[in-house]
Amino acid sequence: MTPRPTPIAPSEITPPEVYFSRRTLLAAALASAASGCVRAAGGEPAGAPLAYERNARYSVSEKPNTYDEITTYNNFYEFGTDKESPSEYARMMRTRPWSVTVAGEAEVRGRFDLEDLLKGQPLEERIYRFRCVEAWSLVVPWVGFPLGKLLGRFKPTSRAKYVELTTLYAPQQMPGQRAAVLNWPYVEGLRIDEAMHPLTLVVVGLYGRTLPNQDGAPLRLIVPWKYGFKSIKSIVQIRFTEREPNTAWNVAAPHEYGFYANVNPAVDHPRWSQATERRLGSPFLAARRPTLPFNGYAAEVASLYQGMDLRRYF
Amino acid sequence: MPLLWWTCAAFGLFGLSLGADPVKKLEHACGKTALNLLMITLSVTPVRSLTGLPQLLRLRRMLGLFAFFYAVVHFTIYLVLDLELNFRLLGADIAKRPYITIGFTALVLLVPLALTSTNGMMRRLGARWQRLHRLIYPIAALAVWHFYWQVKRDVREPLLYLGILALLLGYRLLRWQRLPADAHPRAAAPGALTSRSGSATAPGRT
Repeated sequence: MTPRPTPIAPSEITPPEVYFSRRTLLAAALASAASGCVRAAGGEPAGAPLAYERNARYSVSEKPNTYDEITTYNNFYEFGTDKESPSEYARMMRTRPWSVTVAGEAEVRGRFDLEDLLKGQPLEERIYRFRCVEAWSLVVPWVGFPLGKLLGRFKPTSRAKYVELTTLYAPQQMPGQRAAVLNWPYVEGLRIDEAMHPLTLVVVGLYGRTLPNQDGAPLRLIVPWKYGFKSIKSIVQIRFTEREPNTAWNVAAPHEYGFYANVNPAVDHPRWSQATERRLGSPFLAARRPTLPFNGYAAEVASLYQGMDLRRYF
Repeated sequence: MPLLWWTCAAFGLFGLSLGADPVKKLEHACGKTALNLLMITLSVTPVRSLTGLPQLLRLRRMLGLFAFFYAVVHFTIYLVLDLELNFRLLGADIAKRPYITIGFTALVLLVPLALTSTNGMMRRLGARWQRLHRLIYPIAALAVWHFYWQVKRDVREPLLYLGILALLLGYRLLRWQRLPADAHPRAAAPGALTSRSGSATAPGRT
């Protein structure tokens, strides 16, 4: 006697919509399995679109790096000391609401909401070179406005010789701050004439959209003729001072990182050469190029340092 | 295996990627692998005597040669992909950058060890082979130092390697001190010969 086949319970029957989408499901499963080792395969700029105009006068003609390169290769020690950590962990940082405290030698002081600070500031896009002290470089289309226009609103007094800027301190949101790699919070500073220079930017966007957290959202500094560490990210305080501020890297290793930190191929880092740099995203075996004095902005800024010994004030 | 993985990543195979600076990534990964292999090589002797598995010794030569191989790949990537064969830059780096001087010295010192790793060379050199191969201790120290000096600020990882190296070398120091004078590697005073000479605890090979 042949056993009768057991009838198939209705619950065991694969619904047709699942059956017909089996390839999609399989692809999705594979994709999610692969995503563990894939790093930023996409590369569409995220963030809200901004209204801005391109400033051609202050833009270089070199080809900008990709959005991916600019947003997955970051030094932002607040999120860890390797280049990929910021893009992994920076989403932990809350950038709204955001306010900036203005203090020190200025008539207008207090706490200002981000929206207040940005109100009435027309945004411009500038394509700048970016040179890291580690001897790699990028070309980046930033969106922002001159820092001088912001600082002017606070009416700095005649005693304001320097500007000190401070990054957010929030170890809950910035896991890198739980280790004493640097003296937190991160502090940077500029001489007032450097801060007021038209090349010095407050940046709020990248590739036409609001800045991703790992690149220093919601607002950061960009000083294109100085090494990247001067361009402080995620700013929460602006203080006008009479004395030169104690800046984070200068405090950490004074013989290696000066207060000025102007890009200078003639003055080496004590441990490595600054004469050349590697441009990220370049074709094979064509990345290394000579570093330019003041990162190529000498015509605009060299006069700021007339008569100064740049070996001493490195 | 690591090399196969990075080769796939370098060409974007299997969805792997080396990120925005593939050259630095490869350079550092090979250097780190060489350092790891050096540490593993140095741990063969302590692990062997602690576990009582003398056959582990057979792995030591292979591990050491792998360390040498990765050190060579590390240097080649630095010279070809990083410096883009700019020999002027290479000369300046070796002469002026202490961390590169140190790393290069370690690599150069590894060469005679790799060349004398064959059975034939071991026989030919006899007791001198062992003396020569003690070079591995300063080489490992130079390699850790090289790592420590090239790190910008976060020295936690190099310090970890320093700790491991201290353990591995400290273990040997302790052993040598506790050995009877005649079995001491730096050959003891004459007349100290006792029945325990040539005991199985002598470091090195059979």
